[in-house]
Amino acid sequence: MSTPYTAGELMIFRAAREIRDRELVFVGMRLPLLAYLLARSTHAPRAVGLFENGVLRDQPAAEPLITMSDPPNLRGARMCMGMETAMGLLQAGHVQLGFIGGAEIDRYGNLNTTEVGVDDAVVRLPGSGGACDIACLAGRLVVVMKHERRRFVERVRHVTSPGYGTGRGWRDAQGLGGGPSTVITDKAVFTFHPRTREMVVSSLHPGVTPDEVRALTGWPVVVPPDPPRTEEPSETDLAVIRRYDPEGFWSR
Amino acid sequence: METKLYTLPEAISLFVRPGDTVAMGTALESLIPFAAGHEIVRQEIGDLTLVGPISDMLFDLLIGAGCVRRVVAAWVGNVMMGTGYNFRRAVERGAPHPIEVVEHTNLTLQAALKAAAQGLPFLPTRTALGSTILERNPGLKTFRCPFTGQTLMAVSALAPDVAILHVQRADALGNAHVWGNLGVTQEAAFAAERVILVADEVVAPWVISSDPNRTLVPGFRVAAVAEARWGSHPSPCQGYTNRDDGFYRAYHGASRTREGFEAWLDRYVRGVEDHGAYVRLLRDEGRLAGVAVREHAYTVAADYGF
Repeated sequence: MSTPYTAGELMIFRAAREIRDRELVFVGMRLPLLAYLLARSTHAPRAVGLFENGVLRDQPAAEPLITMSDPPNLRGARMCMGMETAMGLLQAGHVQLGFIGGAEIDRYGNLNTTEVGVDDAVVRLPGSGGACDIACLAGRLVVVMKHERRRFVERVRHVTSPGYGTGRGWRDAQGLGGGPSTVITDKAVFTFHPRTREMVVSSLHPGVTPDEVRALTGWPVVVPPDPPRTEEPSETDLAVIRRYDPEGFWSR
Repeated sequence: METKLYTLPEAISLFVRPGDTVAMGTALESLIPFAAGHEIVRQEIGDLTLVGPISDMLFDLLIGAGCVRRVVAAWVGNVMMGTGYNFRRAVERGAPHPIEVVEHTNLTLQAALKAAAQGLPFLPTRTALGSTILERNPGLKTFRCPFTGQTLMAVSALAPDVAILHVQRADALGNAHVWGNLGVTQEAAFAAERVILVADEVVAPWVISSDPNRTLVPGFRVAAVAEARWGSHPSPCQGYTNRDDGFYRAYHGASRTREGFEAWLDRYVRGVEDHGAYVRLLRDEGRLAGVAVREHAYTVAADYGF
């Protein structure tokens, strides 16, 4: 019997697995920030973290962070720059992996963080921040978000951060490389079908059934027969996550 | 020596006018000029266009206080907590009055300020292609590169009337040292018609010239320098002030309702006479001890000798 963990901790662990050693990673905030710290502390000790505010560091900060601009993230950084240089690395194709979250995602991995709802029931969301830039310009994009029916929709109303648009060939036509490679939710891990560019189940988290994922997804999502089970975090992984998020602010 | 030193109320009343386009929060979550924002509310300067990449909490507060007509930003809210309730109320229900939102990404906002700083009509980028952000920003247009034929995104120049920048230290001439993440601070400083510096510490000019690589902007670009220790609170200022997470949480809870937000303004903004009174209030609430630097970490001095 493994150590009990939260859904958030499983997502962080699985996101960390996306980071390869020596990669330059556009880290972002919240769960991805913890995923970077976990990867850096375990299988990817030479992964370099880049933050859009201009911080570049190759060692975890000494104390937990709430935002990328918190003082512990600057102390011991390798470089503090402006956004132009950080985004320049991204735009020039030097960032292999970027993480973002989203309020709404569709079958082609397009993300909406601008506005949801219709007519007089519109809910205004904060907007892109750097998410659109990361979605357009990172080599691989990993999306980490909660799996709910209202969030997994057939077609997003606003494309704040482009995925594969309307399917295969769309990014090329827009002048975009890269694209989403993985979506990690609290229920499953998804990849994108190489031919259709549609989001399909890659593994289900322990205890999650195909029907549960279908019910929470707003399009007829493809689940392979006998889908693999998502790997679970070890005690070491959980200890690292809990060291960097002692109050469980992000991971619980 | 020509001095540009003013009190913060003087600097705001002299150099921020109703209807101005004002850049703030340019370093992202740190060095946010909250003290200046609070002074804008106290002086009831309205009809402003706010410019900034992510504007952690301050834009939401200014919107709720009724100072804002338009927001030009990539993200508006409370970074730690998510939603900015005043932003939502203004966009969804026109309360306290409707605002216009011009959407950006962090990179397009950076490029817009950079273009203005360099006297260019636009700069090319590869971002926002295929997004619907350009539907809500007339300053973004795709075009074909004249050399490669590739599709690129043109970002039109954005020159603020005034940039208000919180800095660690500045001299009385307006030469400022800033360290840490810079975000779009330098672009804003060179793009704006006027620059107001709010410094945690005013130092002698020789301190600035001892380390010119750390100088953000030369004094001749600066209109005013105001000293405000703790002036970035609740945002951090490396080496001076740590982040006050509890304050952001409390704001999120208070601003959930219009009444709660009004009570917040009465307590922390309108109800205090000036920044000095705000600092005394923070001290009385035990907040200053929580955000004071616990352990200093000085750089090794660089040698400019010859």
